[in-house]
Amino acid sequence: MSTPKGSVLIVGGGIAGVQAALDLADSGFYVHLVEKSSAIGGSMSQLDKTFPTNDCSACILSPKLVECGRHLNINLLTLSEVLSIEGEPGSFRVKVRENPRYVDVDKCIACGSCAEKCPKKVPNEFDLGLGKRKAIYLRYPQAVPLKYAIDPEHCIYLKKPGRCGFCEKVCPADAINFKDTAREHDLHVGSVILALGFRPFDPSRLDFTGYGQFKNVVTSMEFERLLSPSGPCLGHMERPSDHQEPRKIAWLQCIGSRDINKACHGYCSSVCCMYAIKQAVIAKEHSESGDVDATIFFMDMRTHGKGFEAYYNRARDEGIDFKRARVHTILPAANDNLKVRFAGEDGKIAEDEFDLVVLSVGLETDPQVMRLAHELGIELDSDSFAATSCFRPVETSRKGIFVCGALAEPKDIPQSVMEASAAALEAERILHPARWTETRKKEFPPERDVHAEPPRIGVFVCSCGINIASVVDVQAVTDYAWTLPGVVFAQNNLFTCSQDTINQMAEIIKRERLNRVVVASCTPRTHEPLFQETLREAGINKFLFEMANIRDQDSWVHQDEPDAATLKAKDLVRMAVAKVRGDEPLPYNSVPVTKSALVIGAGVAGLTAALSLADQGFPVTLVERKDRLGGHARKFFRTWQGQEVQSYLQELAGMVEANANIDVHLGTTVEDVSGSVGQFRTMLSDGTEVKHGAAIVAVGAESFKPRQGRWNYLYGKNPNVHTLLELDQRFIKDDPGLKGLNQAVFIHCVGSRVPERPYCSRVCCTHAIDQAIHLKEMNPDMDIFMLYRDIRTYGKREHLYQKARSLGIVFIRYDLDNLPRVSETSGRLVVEVKDPIIDAEVTLHPDLLILASAVRPRDDVGELSKLFKCAMTSDGFLLEAHMKLRPVDFATDGVYLAGLCHYPKPVEETIAQAKAAASRAGLVLSRDAVPAESITAVVNAQKCTGCSVCTKVCAYHAVNMDANSQKAVVDTGLCKGCGACVAGCRSDAITLKNLGNEQIMAAVEAAMEDF
Amino acid sequence: MNDKAKNQKDWEPKIIAFLCNWCSYAGADLAGVSRYQYPPSLRIVRVPCSGRVSANMILDALRSGADGVLVSGCHPGDCHYISGNYYARRRFAVLKNFLEFIGIEPGRVNFSWISASEGEQFAEVAKEVTSRVKKLGPARHLVKEF
Repeated sequence: MSTPKGSVLIVGGGIAGVQAALDLADSGFYVHLVEKSSAIGGSMSQLDKTFPTNDCSACILSPKLVECGRHLNINLLTLSEVLSIEGEPGSFRVKVRENPRYVDVDKCIACGSCAEKCPKKVPNEFDLGLGKRKAIYLRYPQAVPLKYAIDPEHCIYLKKPGRCGFCEKVCPADAINFKDTAREHDLHVGSVILALGFRPFDPSRLDFTGYGQFKNVVTSMEFERLLSPSGPCLGHMERPSDHQEPRKIAWLQCIGSRDINKACHGYCSSVCCMYAIKQAVIAKEHSESGDVDATIFFMDMRTHGKGFEAYYNRARDEGIDFKRARVHTILPAANDNLKVRFAGEDGKIAEDEFDLVVLSVGLETDPQVMRLAHELGIELDSDSFAATSCFRPVETSRKGIFVCGALAEPKDIPQSVMEASAAALEAERILHPARWTETRKKEFPPERDVHAEPPRIGVFVCSCGINIASVVDVQAVTDYAWTLPGVVFAQNNLFTCSQDTINQMAEIIKRERLNRVVVASCTPRTHEPLFQETLREAGINKFLFEMANIRDQDSWVHQDEPDAATLKAKDLVRMAVAKVRGDEPLPYNSVPVTKSALVIGAGVAGLTAALSLADQGFPVTLVERKDRLGGHARKFFRTWQGQEVQSYLQELAGMVEANANIDVHLGTTVEDVSGSVGQFRTMLSDGTEVKHGAAIVAVGAESFKPRQGRWNYLYGKNPNVHTLLELDQRFIKDDPGLKGLNQAVFIHCVGSRVPERPYCSRVCCTHAIDQAIHLKEMNPDMDIFMLYRDIRTYGKREHLYQKARSLGIVFIRYDLDNLPRVSETSGRLVVEVKDPIIDAEVTLHPDLLILASAVRPRDDVGELSKLFKCAMTSDGFLLEAHMKLRPVDFATDGVYLAGLCHYPKPVEETIAQAKAAASRAGLVLSRDAVPAESITAVVNAQKCTGCSVCTKVCAYHAVNMDANSQKAVVDTGLCKGCGACVAGCRSDAITLKNLGNEQIMAAVEAAMEDF
Repeated sequence: MNDKAKNQKDWEPKIIAFLCNWCSYAGADLAGVSRYQYPPSLRIVRVPCSGRVSANMILDALRSGADGVLVSGCHPGDCHYISGNYYARRRFAVLKNFLEFIGIEPGRVNFSWISASEGEQFAEVAKEVTSRVKKLGPARHLVKEF
């Protein structure tokens, strides 16, 4: 291959495509992002809240979309589709058709006058037809790009030129262009990533649901829109027939999933159990009457992700009714209500009436996407998802073309984000010689020197749709801001973070010659960087900025007290103005990057991460506490797809050992860590000091061994009781003792989903069922019983469950109140359990008893997390920076995580996460320098008495006593800006830039002013 | 109920809450995200670390007219800056005796650990501190009178 092209095509602008685009564009590649609709954001932008944190979907997604839309190295092609891809890895020729928008994006200011005047109302596809939009429309309020588009299907003028044309007349920006035509782009890229997502299953194919027949039967996606503040009923939950608030709602699970009859979808859609619980919780919360009866009809409750089981438990405690039953008929009842008939676990038919029925529809591949895949030569599996293998989770059948997100299998947002980074990594692996060859560099205008200017403060007050404005009187706050000293401009915006408002803000800063800016909106934790960059674009230093958090810490927490909330908003604005008045421009510091990585743990995750970085030319130090490579995976027999793990592991370890860029330290642990992103220094137990720019923590987990207590089941006492991994050992050795067995019993959830370990271990259901199948294949006449609580064979793993059942493996459900009892009579195992279906005790005499025991975090993970200053969950796993959108980053910059130390997961997800971690680490390692702290401590030598308290309280050794002057001096490269020294100083001689005592107290005093 | 008593009942104190950026401020955000409601008495001041908060700042807040003060940082072991929360706690322990000595009622100045994932706990602490300060009534001891 000659030098590859340094650019990548990404098809699909949902969260996966956006994440892949950002990863690539930030590490030196130019990205073309093709999206078929008029705005990026995908399905996630349609969601109301996200589980398990109940984060507002649009709020967490919006900053990423805006970043993507503003990125210098991302070329957004909306209303576009890929026509053809020719070529090979490193050099693909791509034809893209960009359909006409009929609105000039450079001119459109998104004022909405056009849509207001447009006479043509059509069903709004963003609201799944529940609401209406005009023929000229914005896909959704926070759309990126925030530009209107004309729908040629419905535009009166485009159908009959000469008629209508109102939009053109009212547009103040002269942006309407009826003569717009489709354009074809020829792109030359090095690699391609497909992130085409899914479409919700259409339940009108299932007549028993009554969907399309009865108005008050809606799909879960429709219900998301009904809950959403930007949806058709503005967040006031209403049912379609009479716009009344529903009081009694039923969710029906597995509509179009786990159904090989009518829906033809044998797979599990993975996300529906959690989103149904979330919708039930949110519906209860949203309800104005505060009185919603929520019932979820399900087969198995699949809450197998991080924090999911706790969410499920909480929902049960909050009174959501979980009914293990499959609904077979929905009939109309009086008042547009619905009669739901179902068969309970005992086989008895029962009936209940509901105001609203929500169908938890599954995920499927859009037929258009299937056609495209076919044309591009991408193989799909029998479920019409992109075919991948466990060891190559993001590779398609065509070399150089990668896949991420729901196109490969139904999956949730964090998993999609992880895969997006993994797909980006695969592209980087091919294209790394061409890094930074096609990118452009962001140039900011020179900054205006504002030292001599009196404060000219601008205040922007955000309505956040209705998030703030429905509680706080934003106009009153804006009017009040005008009266504050130093304020020369104030304005209220619908969405201050929208691209359009951001651009306008930059213009206003220039026009009004503002030298300080306050935004009163959401939290600085998510939005400060965005606004600060706007300041830089407008030519002023980004530290001349403050935020007043009037949403998360005001409108959202004082929903029933609008007056008090408005008063508080005014206080918060006054405090921010008082603080910003004293802010000074600060330098943009940076730290040179040591372009090598430290990977801790040499299991599958660590090995994969190390290789992924080493292949791009970054030196890696790989540390493993044991004396051999491989970790936990050394005990595994095969993946759920049937690939043997041991041969793969040997190959992987061999590649690591042979790689000159990887320095392996076996039998070694991490003793001490100092420094920070770009410049870590780590001491190893073998005495080596490693300098590295980034670190990946992949220290794995352990399997729970129930040696005593409630979950013992004679483990360690009877030789025929094994854990899953112990049985795998016997499979690996092809143990002849496993032939000729008569009976085996598996007990699921041994030590998982129990009070002392209230999480699901995710992998055991699939693992146990695969083992049962293997045993059955070895001994076709054998009887196998699976004692389970819920079978959680999510995604395509469901096919294994179906296979197990068709092989005659028997599944008996138990619950915590009715545990299986294990005893032995003269060495022979006896298992007793109550079968709820026949409502009778069953006694089994297995030759083998297999315990699907929990995956538990390692006890020493806490030590490591302290060294790297990373957080842990209450279950003892490591905690990522954000559960949804930053699944492999720690809150500490430059440190990433992968594998079982994050949460139990199968090998394919471990590999994807390890690659994702490598991609994220690459963001640091691909640069010569990373930004460093600007807010640092400064010493006033005149006041310093040399008492040296500051040197003692500094955790970073950043303050030292000057040997000659006996005064404190700060090493700004090491200073993190915590302010411990400032608070400790007895003589008020040390201060923090822009966070000095006077400045903080100015805000405090402002809070107390009466007005 | 006479007017004065009614005013007392409706009286909403102003409490300055110094929250560290990494844990407690994020916890306060999460309270919002989860819509946990609490009284509108807090005025949150974001500081990088609870260790940034000096005794003087707490006293100054009371001098400026705050009816109460809350300082909240990361849980022990979770401090983003390694040990700042311990300094804050130690400082608080010393300050507490001093406050009593100068006649500030216990309960006006409060200290807590709240992590980024504890939205509900944040709302609980806000409620507790508010009701504690409400019982004590407006702070007058250190207020500058002009």
